[in-house]
Amino acid sequence: MAERRSPIAVAPLLLPATLLFIAVLAIPLIMTLMLSFYSWGQYTGIVEDFTVENWVEVFTDPYFGDVFLRTLRISVFATLLAALFGTPEAYILKRMDPRWRGIFLLVILGPLLMSVVARTLGWALLFGGNSGVANQLLMGIGLIDSPIPFMFTETGVVIALAHVMMPFMVLSVWASLQRLDPQVENAARSLGASQATVIRRVVLPQIMPGILSGSIIVFALSASAFATPAIIGGRRLKVASTLAYDEFLNTLDWPLGAAVAVLLLIAIVLIIVASNRLVERRYAEVFR
Amino acid sequence: MSFLELTDLRKTYGDVVALENFNLTVEKGEFISLLGPSGCGKTTTLQMIAGFTEPTAGKIVLSGRDLVSVPPAKRGLGIVFQSYALFPHLSAAENVAFGLDMRKVDRASRDERVREALAMVGLKGYEDRFPRRMSGGQQQRVAVARALVIRPEILLLDEPLSNLDAKMREEMQGELLSIQRRLGTTTILVTHDQQEAMALSNRVVVMSKGRIEQIASPVEAYNHPASPFVASFLGKTNTLSGEVRGGTLSVGDYRADVPGADGPVAVTLRPEKMRFDATGLRGTVASRVFQGNSWSYHVDTAQGEVLVLRQNDGQPLPVEGEPVFVSWSPADMGVHREGARHG
Amino acid sequence: MKRNGPIALIFHAFFVTFMVAPILVVCVVAFTSHGYLSLPTDGLSLRWFREIANYPEFVRAFWTSIYLGAVSSTVAVVLAVPAALAFSRYDFTGKGALAAFFLSPLMIPHVVLGIAFLRFFTQGGLSGTMAALIISHIILVFPFALRLTLSAATGMDRSIESAAISLGAGNLTLFRRVTLPLILPGVISGWALSFIQSFDEVTMTVFLAAPGTETLPVRMFLYVQDNIDPLVTSVSAVVILITMVALMILDRLYGLDAVLSGHSDRNS
Ligand SMILES: Nc1ncnc2c1ncn2[C@@H]1O[C@H](COP(=O)(O)OP(=O)(O)OP(=O)(O)O)[C@@H](O)[C@H]1O
Ligand SMILES: [Mg+2]
Repeated sequence: MAERRSPIAVAPLLLPATLLFIAVLAIPLIMTLMLSFYSWGQYTGIVEDFTVENWVEVFTDPYFGDVFLRTLRISVFATLLAALFGTPEAYILKRMDPRWRGIFLLVILGPLLMSVVARTLGWALLFGGNSGVANQLLMGIGLIDSPIPFMFTETGVVIALAHVMMPFMVLSVWASLQRLDPQVENAARSLGASQATVIRRVVLPQIMPGILSGSIIVFALSASAFATPAIIGGRRLKVASTLAYDEFLNTLDWPLGAAVAVLLLIAIVLIIVASNRLVERRYAEVFR
Repeated sequence: MSFLELTDLRKTYGDVVALENFNLTVEKGEFISLLGPSGCGKTTTLQMIAGFTEPTAGKIVLSGRDLVSVPPAKRGLGIVFQSYALFPHLSAAENVAFGLDMRKVDRASRDERVREALAMVGLKGYEDRFPRRMSGGQQQRVAVARALVIRPEILLLDEPLSNLDAKMREEMQGELLSIQRRLGTTTILVTHDQQEAMALSNRVVVMSKGRIEQIASPVEAYNHPASPFVASFLGKTNTLSGEVRGGTLSVGDYRADVPGADGPVAVTLRPEKMRFDATGLRGTVASRVFQGNSWSYHVDTAQGEVLVLRQNDGQPLPVEGEPVFVSWSPADMGVHREGARHG
Repeated sequence: MKRNGPIALIFHAFFVTFMVAPILVVCVVAFTSHGYLSLPTDGLSLRWFREIANYPEFVRAFWTSIYLGAVSSTVAVVLAVPAALAFSRYDFTGKGALAAFFLSPLMIPHVVLGIAFLRFFTQGGLSGTMAALIISHIILVFPFALRLTLSAATGMDRSIESAAISLGAGNLTLFRRVTLPLILPGVISGWALSFIQSFDEVTMTVFLAAPGTETLPVRMFLYVQDNIDPLVTSVSAVVILITMVALMILDRLYGLDAVLSGHSDRNS
């Protein structure tokens, strides 16, 4: 039971972290926002004046539009893939013998904590040009006739991203399955529902919030992903974060890079907040 | 001057009055129970004595010393919590030794006292056991030993037995009582189990909705409840409405002389104090249930259903459907003027 | 409990293959004896693992990552414990906002964090230093440390603390001998999760690391950007192995799903 205290009384416990966060998170973010309004020249470097030039460029130059659109497209497909495969897998895990379940949870959730570079490297090896393992396998089982280019394509980025994000989806659906009363399923079956009906009419509606919140997480992380699109997409297939990186470390146009980054941040925060709202309103009673 | 004096204690949480007009004096060595339904303020009272909750108003004086300004760590009271609150990372012996360590008791006498305390609660040989690996009853004993080993001025127990099964509870009640008698530690027990309160305590404090209903010995409170609430809380009771006029009480056809003012009254009666007679409250036996050593009767009367308990002592008793008169001795009834007390 | 049918099991096999394949392929290729990327067809060779020793920048980057992870998680946990205690037991104005502030690094794209810190530390003359890396990683991992210590502190039976107080424990003794041991499982798993997050972070760190302060993921990332060869697969295999060991320890101690979803309540 939380006791009511004045903010002053709890200050000693919270002050160190709060000060650190203000000094090293809030201030840098504000500085970045300001940076996006400075001007930059090849020879002058950063000039601390006030201009909306960077923002105008970001919004009018079709190159930036393309990049943001690609970011959106990749994130949406990665999210769909993750939801489509992660949801049934979580349900299968739930119904598994506990001994096996423990092992497979480790196998499926474990990659979450493994280096993204190492995992993406794995995909680069699998894709590896037209003669990559992935293509050989797909052609071997007769799914495709001619090799699909994976490396340096959006398809490849989406697949690798879906892999990187999959554990988040499984985890989220898994958590909502944990809250499910197993007797409810039995009750539905006792009333004569088939397995398919039970899943569609009983299980799915109850775990929908888990799928949706998992999707929000996966989408947000995909939209801000960096290493995977950089390695699989290569230098030409840019997404928002690799674009910002380029402006910062190659072109050295920091103000423009800052504008791209701030726009990415705003877009992601807006999408997260808006979809959270939607999900919570729609499923208020399920969340309680 | 009494050992512990609680004067005009009051506690509010925002608009909620958790406790008010609480006055209680406790003598040294007494075993007192705070008894009442859920939410009546028992825990609040105990927490204020322990110092974990600050009273909104009122005084707590222990041996002439004002306790309210003393921090809980310095009050020297032993507390047994409902959840036992054992330190899960310490063994039984380490749990018991904790309070002695805080008092900087030297090693040798600390170990001696820990051994004694565990032996006293019947846990010899369990010194190195961790709470997780003990049964509820054993954990309970460790909690009691831990509270008593510091030789507290008062032992406070908040529903200590409510997590135990019925058999274990009875066993622990007996042990608690014998330990308390042996050590003579002043004890305050919180419980909502009237049987437990009556079995253990010298006096019970019956509470309802943040107020004291009655403070009395268990026998007194049972036989002469101060209000219909106390009567019904301390076991089965019949509450009948009656009328006093000119010093005569009438409940249906039942008559008795009572002193006091005229007006409507509530009459409380224990089922076992009622008998079938040639005159009295007229009724019909609706049903009767055989309970081995007694018969339990439900009698329909103009005053509503009346519960009558009769000893199975070989005497002839009425059967279902039989018209009867229910009567009782005036000394056994409680007469409560309406409005004098709620309930 | 109903068992999974054959279709479900086929799906499951496919899914697990999908999850494991890229990790497995890295580990397998690392054992090749050839000088180019290939499956180890003629027996397992440790050639490329030995080769790591000839690239001191990988070895140095490895130790930088270990040091960075250890220091930043430790500081984060030290800051998170009092904050978690305050959050778990008190209500105060601005509590929700402060919690959101502390968890915000989870929501901010790491590119943005990298850019913000780069700008900040460049202005402060600390750019490229270890200090800058440590401070930024503290911010990065603080939400993980806070979440796990908070759920431990929330799940704790407060009457245990009351018992200690009634037995005469002062503030310091109470914390050292009762509160801390009780929330220790959460604190340790918070530390471990923080360490792993810091150890694996590449996006933000790539902005901040200078040649002397490159972390292992950054070194790997920059290397892979130029060319992919067996060397980087053997380095990755080592990283995967280390993470796997840490994972299994975490799983044994607290249950992986619990740690990842922020509840370390298996022990309480
Ligand atoms: N921290 C608090 N904030 C607000 N109200 C409280 C608080 N603690 C107790 N109360 C209220 O005070 C009243 C008395 O509570 P208390 O815990 O003393 O009851 P109790 O007699 O111990 O009941 P129980 O048998 O259920 O333990 C209740 O109405 C309760 O809701
Ligand atoms: Mg209570």
